[in-house]
Amino acid sequence: MYSKVLLLRFPREIVNEAIVVNLVKRFDLTFNILKATIYPRKEGLMVMELTGNRKNYKSGVRYLKDLGVKVESISQDIKRNEEACFHCGACTAVCPTGALYIERPEMTVAFDKERCSACELCVIACPAKAMEVNFDRGLLE
Amino acid sequence: MAKHKVKKTIDEINRKIKEGKVVVVTAEEMVGIVKENGPEKAAKEIDVVTTGTFSPMCSSGAFINFGHSKPPIKASQVTLNDVPAYAGLAAVDIYIGATEPTIDDPLNKVHPGQFKYGGGHVIHDLVSGKKVRLIGKAYTTDCYPKREIKKQIRLADLPYAVLVNPRNAYQNYNCAINLKDKTIYTYMGVLRPMADNANYATAGQLSPLFNDPCCLTIGLGTRIFLGGAQGYIIWAGTQHNLSVARRKNGVPVEPGATLMVMGDLKEMNPRWLVGVSILGYGCSLAVGIGVPIPILNEDMARYTGVSDEDIFTQIIDYGKGYPKGNAESLGEVSYAELKSGTIKLNGQIIQTVPLSSYVRAQEIAGILKEWIQTGHFYLGHPQHLLKDI
Repeated sequence: MYSKVLLLRFPREIVNEAIVVNLVKRFDLTFNILKATIYPRKEGLMVMELTGNRKNYKSGVRYLKDLGVKVESISQDIKRNEEACFHCGACTAVCPTGALYIERPEMTVAFDKERCSACELCVIACPAKAMEVNFDRGLLE
Repeated sequence: MAKHKVKKTIDEINRKIKEGKVVVVTAEEMVGIVKENGPEKAAKEIDVVTTGTFSPMCSSGAFINFGHSKPPIKASQVTLNDVPAYAGLAAVDIYIGATEPTIDDPLNKVHPGQFKYGGGHVIHDLVSGKKVRLIGKAYTTDCYPKREIKKQIRLADLPYAVLVNPRNAYQNYNCAINLKDKTIYTYMGVLRPMADNANYATAGQLSPLFNDPCCLTIGLGTRIFLGGAQGYIIWAGTQHNLSVARRKNGVPVEPGATLMVMGDLKEMNPRWLVGVSILGYGCSLAVGIGVPIPILNEDMARYTGVSDEDIFTQIIDYGKGYPKGNAESLGEVSYAELKSGTIKLNGQIIQTVPLSSYVRAQEIAGILKEWIQTGHFYLGHPQHLLKDI
């Protein structure tokens, strides 16, 4: 079984079409939508966990790309500023997926990008403003 | 006071530092040493135990003199990067407090407010060597005719800048939960409803005032690690209270002693003075403090041998109780339990969330240890012990 959190960018031309459902119908994949937004210029953005066997997963991603959907790994757009983070742990109070967690017994705050759903709760909860999410900044303009 | 078998003085320890013979360990290392050898043997062997804590400490700020202009001004309203500083002092003296928000900050108008920039951030920027915009307004006098001043200031160019924090390093603090059915945003961080998480502060066994719980060795003039430089304890902090409930080991089980500290801001380092934004609450300053505890006798060895298993605090509901002024304890937990990741309250397993950086506390205790070992840091002579305040 293969599973990955993906960031999908839908161009305005196909933003109204039913696409994600075909990942189930045609490729026997399951998905978990973590975030879905349409921006002022009508581009769509979706954060989704996609799960299935590796071959089907690849075919499904190929299907999306052929339609013009940009498929990115979420980890490219979410960063922790390692200089700024002082490992207090305040973010672990809000992280819903456990991507931010305390490593014991060291008591350092670990960040597992693979488990991050890009909810952005940590961005405002971090006292040192160490968490940066960049993917929708340009789209709001 | 009981007769001690081991007796040392601060002068003797300082002589050892000079001769390179001093034996220093961190409060973490001391736990095992006392457990293994007992307090008497530990007191003979160990001269100093270093502690550390790194956490937002709201009652912090800096006195700044920004120098006279030509013609001179008696500035009565001053902002630094649009953060108001207290200017009700002499002509060009101000105090910038850590929790002061920017003039046009939306505060909690859209709850929870983000408080992106405030006094703590100004101090952090100054210590980072960044330029800070100062605007001062004044009424005129015969001797001070100037009405307004605008200039960029830099820490290195300021005639005087001293960090003076009226309350830091709280000895013990509440473990916060939220019994309401809505998420709340407090100075103890984000608290999810129905006691879904329990937030706690302090570095436990590494924390300065847990290692001298009755304040027998520290006071006015104790030299410390402050913001990356050498600073001083100058008095008890505000809300300092020694008459609190304690366990047999002398350690308070609720907030007790506090420290007022000071040090030259120009010598400090931005790694150890960090401006912070607490969601829905406000701005603050994370401060790094380390206090060396002299092992003058076996009692001090026993005190500094305290471990997270022996330090307890109260679980307080910040949802319903605390805002009404009823900080009633719902239960007692040890720091060992808090550090384990979960605690149990009335059968419910609750995730724990630290707000103080334990790794930074360790780093501070380590730096202070090295300073003393290498003869860069001598113990200060307290002129007035905190136990007497």
